[in-house]
Amino acid sequence: MFRALFSSIPKPLVVLAALLLALPAGGCGVNNIPTYEQSAKAAWSEVLNQYKRRADLIPNLVESVKGFAEQERKVLTDVTEARAKATSVQIPADILTNPAAMKQFQDAQNTLGGALRQLMVVAERYPDIKSGQNFLALQSQIEGTENRIAIARRDYIQAVRQYNTEITTIPGRWWAAFLYPSSKELAAFDIPAEETKTPKVDFGTGK
Amino acid sequence: MTEASSAPNRSGAFLCALLVLLFVVLGSWPGHAEIKFPELTGRIVDNAGLLKPEDRSAIEAELAVLEAKASDQLVVVTLPSLQGYEIEEYGYQLGRKWGIGRAGKNNGALLIVAPNERKVRIEVGRGLEPLLTDLMSKIIIENAILPEFRHGNFPAGVRAGVRDIKATLLGDAEGVKERARGRDAIESDWVPLLILAFWAAIVLYVVWTQYRYMQQASALPGGKRRSRYRDNGVVVVPGSGSGNWGGGGWSSGGGGDSGWSGGGGDFGGGGGSGSW
Repeated sequence: MFRALFSSIPKPLVVLAALLLALPAGGCGVNNIPTYEQSAKAAWSEVLNQYKRRADLIPNLVESVKGFAEQERKVLTDVTEARAKATSVQIPADILTNPAAMKQFQDAQNTLGGALRQLMVVAERYPDIKSGQNFLALQSQIEGTENRIAIARRDYIQAVRQYNTEITTIPGRWWAAFLYPSSKELAAFDIPAEETKTPKVDFGTGK
Repeated sequence: MTEASSAPNRSGAFLCALLVLLFVVLGSWPGHAEIKFPELTGRIVDNAGLLKPEDRSAIEAELAVLEAKASDQLVVVTLPSLQGYEIEEYGYQLGRKWGIGRAGKNNGALLIVAPNERKVRIEVGRGLEPLLTDLMSKIIIENAILPEFRHGNFPAGVRAGVRDIKATLLGDAEGVKERARGRDAIESDWVPLLILAFWAAIVLYVVWTQYRYMQQASALPGGKRRSRYRDNGVVVVPGSGSGNWGGGGWSSGGGGDSGWSGGGGDFGGGGGSGSW
C-alpha cells in the first residue's frame, strides 16, 4: 500500500524530498531565517520596552524640577509635549517592514530624547535641585535608561542586519525563495548624528 | 541535477558543505574594526596596573565570598585605554563577551576603571538590575569610589567600591546609603577623635603597666624578679610597628585564579558611571 502511494508521486519530487531530508536540519541554515526573524522581533520589543520605561520616568522628573525659573519653563513644556507626541504615535502592526512608519516613530522618540537632554542640562544650573535626593535618583535612572535604549537599538540594528543579510545572500536567499516566500527585509533605523561617534584608530598599542 | 538523482544524499551533503564553507569564509571576512577586549584572566583583570598584590588578594577574597554566598559574579577590570569608546559602550560589550554571571540568571557585574580617561563604571548584568540599581551604582561611585580616586588612591577606591557593591548585592543597600550619607561626618569629625582616643589609650596603657610593675616590685620585697622583659619597662603594643595584619593566607590556592570563568550572563546597560 505504501509502495503504491510512493509510486504515485512523481520521481523528481521524491528526489527533492530525499535531498531535503539529507540535509541535517539547521546545519545548512534552513532554520536561520525564522530564527533571525524571531531574534530581531525580540530585540524590537526590548527597544519598545526601554522607550516605555523612559516615558514612564518623565512625569516624576518634570515634577522634581518644578522650581525652574520662568524663562526656563520652556524646556519643561518641550519635554512634556515631546512625551505626549512620542507616546501617541500609533505603532502599526507592520512597523518592522514599513520604513516610513519606523522613521515617524523614531523621529518622535529622538525629539523626546533631545528635549530630555536639554532639561538635564538646565537642571545642572540649579544647585538645590541638583543636590536633592529625589533628583539624583531620577537622574541616575534617566541616564541608565538612555544607555539601555542605546544598547537595545544597537542590538536591534544588529539583529536586523543579520536577518536582512540572511535573506539577501546566497544560501539564505534560496531558502527564502523556497520555504519562506513572505520574508521581507526589516527596517533598521538611523542613529541620530549626535549619538554616532567614530572610534579612534587603534594601533594595537592598547593591550 | 542528473548526478543528484543518482546519488541524492551524497551530492546534497556536498552542496551543503560547500555552502557552509562559503558562508563561513564570507562571515569571517574582516568587516569593520571591532573593539579589542582584554582576556579574562580571573576575577581581577588589572591591565592598567593599579593594584598591589596585597590589594589584589584582599579584593579577590571579597569577590570569592560574594560568589560563594550569592552566586553573583563580580569582576574588577582596569583598562589602560577605552580605545576611543564611551565607557558605557565598552562596558556592556565586555560583560557580554566575557559572559560574567550565570547564564539565565545574568547575575554578573563589572567594576571598570579607566584611569587614563578618568572614567569609572559599574556595569550591572540584567539579573542584578533590581538589586544594584542605577541609583545604587551612582551612590557607590560618587561616595565610595570617586573621593579616593580624586586623591589618586586607586586601590582604596576600588576596595571601597567592591565592599559597597558586595554589601548591596547581599541585601544591605541601606547600610551602603547610610555610609554614603555619613561619609562627610565620619571623615571630618570622627577620624581625628578616634586617632586621639587611640593614642590616649596607649599612653594610659603604658602608665598603667608601669604603675602595676611598681606595685608588684614593692609587694615582693627584695624577691627575685618574676619576668625579665618587664624589667626595663618595655611594653609591647600590639599592631604597632611593621607587623602586617592578616597578611597572606588568601592566595586562593590552586584553581582560584585559573579555571575561573564567566557563566554566560547577559548585560543590558544597567549600572552607573562617573568621572573624576
